Amino acid sequence: MKVVVGHLYPDYLNIYADRGNIAVLERRAAWRGIEFDYRTITVGDPLRPGEHDLLYVGGGQDREQALIAPDLAARGGAVREAAEAGAVVLAVCGGYQLLGRFYRDRAGVELPGVGLFDHHTIAGERRMIGDVLLECELEPGRPRTLAGFENHAGRTVLGPGVAPLGRVVAGFGNDGESGYEGCRRGRAIGTYLHGPLLPRNPWFADWLLAQAVAHRTGAEPPELERLPDDFESEAHRVAAERAKSRGGRF
Amino acid sequence: MPGFRTSPDRGASVRFPRSRDSAPYTGRVRLALEIALARAAGRMSRLAGRGGGTTLPGKILATVDPGAVGRLARRLPRGSALVSATNGKTTTAAMVAEILSPRVRLAHNRAGANLVSGIASTLLASRGAELGLFEVDEGAFPSVARTLGPRAVCLGNLFRDQLDRYGELELTAERWRAAVRELDPDAWTIVNADDPALSDLAEGRPHARRFGLDDQSVARERLPHAADSKHCLVCGTPYEYVAAYVGHLGDYCCPNCGRRRPALDVSARRIVLEGLASVRFELVTPEGTVDVELALPGLYNVYNAVAAASLAGVLGAELEQSAAGLRRFRPAFGRAERIPADGRTLLVLLVKNPAGANEAVRTLVSAGPPRVAVIALNDAIADGQDISWIWDADFEPLAAGLETLVATGVRAQELALRFKYGGLDPARIEVVPDLAAALDRGLELTPAGGELVLLPTYTAMLALRAIAAERGLVRPYWEAAA
Repeated sequence: MKVVVGHLYPDYLNIYADRGNIAVLERRAAWRGIEFDYRTITVGDPLRPGEHDLLYVGGGQDREQALIAPDLAARGGAVREAAEAGAVVLAVCGGYQLLGRFYRDRAGVELPGVGLFDHHTIAGERRMIGDVLLECELEPGRPRTLAGFENHAGRTVLGPGVAPLGRVVAGFGNDGESGYEGCRRGRAIGTYLHGPLLPRNPWFADWLLAQAVAHRTGAEPPELERLPDDFESEAHRVAAERAKSRGGRF
Repeated sequence: MPGFRTSPDRGASVRFPRSRDSAPYTGRVRLALEIALARAAGRMSRLAGRGGGTTLPGKILATVDPGAVGRLARRLPRGSALVSATNGKTTTAAMVAEILSPRVRLAHNRAGANLVSGIASTLLASRGAELGLFEVDEGAFPSVARTLGPRAVCLGNLFRDQLDRYGELELTAERWRAAVRELDPDAWTIVNADDPALSDLAEGRPHARRFGLDDQSVARERLPHAADSKHCLVCGTPYEYVAAYVGHLGDYCCPNCGRRRPALDVSARRIVLEGLASVRFELVTPEGTVDVELALPGLYNVYNAVAAASLAGVLGAELEQSAAGLRRFRPAFGRAERIPADGRTLLVLLVKNPAGANEAVRTLVSAGPPRVAVIALNDAIADGQDISWIWDADFEPLAAGLETLVATGVRAQELALRFKYGGLDPARIEVVPDLAAALDRGLELTPAGGELVLLPTYTAMLALRAIAAERGLVRPYWEAAA
């Protein structure tokens, strides 16, 4: 079995340890005997819908995001087509914003996004920085928690065409007001949580992997073999405590 | 800093009326009174056992009368010089101090208190000083420069660091640019020409020195993962590097618009890296060329030395004095510092961001990779609450030789994950969050006469030093720094 992973703009969008997320997916796939075929897609490279089982977009500094924005917007159709055909998407921080409908900066200028997610982002005055804890329910009846770190000035407002990823237990979340964080549309997930997100939330890494396998096979997502996650659970516990004791308050 | 509040609006528990609107003739008396009060508070803090009291007097002074800090600085007959950078500012400033101190009485914040309050404290504690020499936090640099009106600034580098605290690099560079524009026209601007984000800061300045390295034999094969500022400032095209030295520092050129590293006024040539022990190089300056030997390892320390020689040069040091000062120089605390312990030696290398950690790892591995390492990750404000940087640092070359990693500090588990997913067998990773216990475990794993490598973040380093001081291995840092 194998999964093909496409990492968009790793040379531009890599500010918050995005490669940690990739490393976690890769190792956890390998430990289950799943071949991990990792491909990078940067400015000018083709993006063929259907080629990748999982697309990853990370975060960058404003300047880097501005440098790739036109290239990404030009391939918006391909990203949407891939996701609509069931490819997994994980977009973190800047990547989360870029996949929305638009981003309005401080001067009121609107930069068009990919439009995969029905949301838009408006630059705010104060950055929302700190540890975050979310409660989410990707599978009905199976509530889980995600612990991460957020650092964003943008306020992301969800439209009716997209659901939040989770409810904020501690931290700011999408806009510091709604009490929600991130977004989900089928197998496509956007979130502000970095840290990186996956090492201390292994259940979520496994959910993404299983969905990617399902995209490859066309069958139901497999039940992945359990792994010894002692460091992971302890790191999750400490990070969750951090968020409760000093995360942002909306 | 345990016990101290760092938030400026809650900094001092005592409130005094502000003097902003007081009549000028009372100014002097008021300043003298404020100074006396602030000094007394520092002594009380120390007597109360609350650490060094290194920043309390300055905090009080800065709170009582923000203008007093600038007035105090302007009393220095030879003015002030500021050193800022993401990495190396403490070492660079300490090197300048070593060069100048035989001939100049300095006010120098060598204990690393590098915000306005720390500088104020240093000024308060340095009666009779002629010249102010201050390392300055990169976020605080613009306001400190405005407050002090320095006669020279030395800007070393900008790397991604504590994004939760400083924001993005580009923003810091922009603020520095504005602060440099406002400097007195007679002030010297010294910049690292090898940092593409900084090299243009000296443009148009009548008194400027650009420093850098000039030796392709010590360049890296490629930019490291966490390289910053790697796209042309003018046109956005990725730079090509003739030589990449440390992070994104190097001899760069834009293949599209031709923007390139400016010519160097001060440089290091014929660099010889001698493992963990030392480096040698030829220092080339407008005043001549001299051989330098440093009792510090690593290419990053060559940058620090060249920066220090550039600054010392414009502050009046002769070339031979600079070379002699650098030769005498010993590491600042926690920066490749060696501490004897229990028949073994602790080698402490502060790590706080990807660029610094990469250099620490490269230097360690070049001397033969250690079998045991204690790495300490804390997440206090001074460390950066966002610990994601450990994933951008290239720890893999270190992991390759490790038989045991002792992961410690408040976020010890995250370090364990970093190494686990970096390919280190989890059976080789021991998670010991308590620093003292981790130190003991590291010593236990180190044979008698051997060296134990400690890589702590900032507050973990202070805590480890406190443990070492309790055990009588080192003096408390505020005494060692005095």
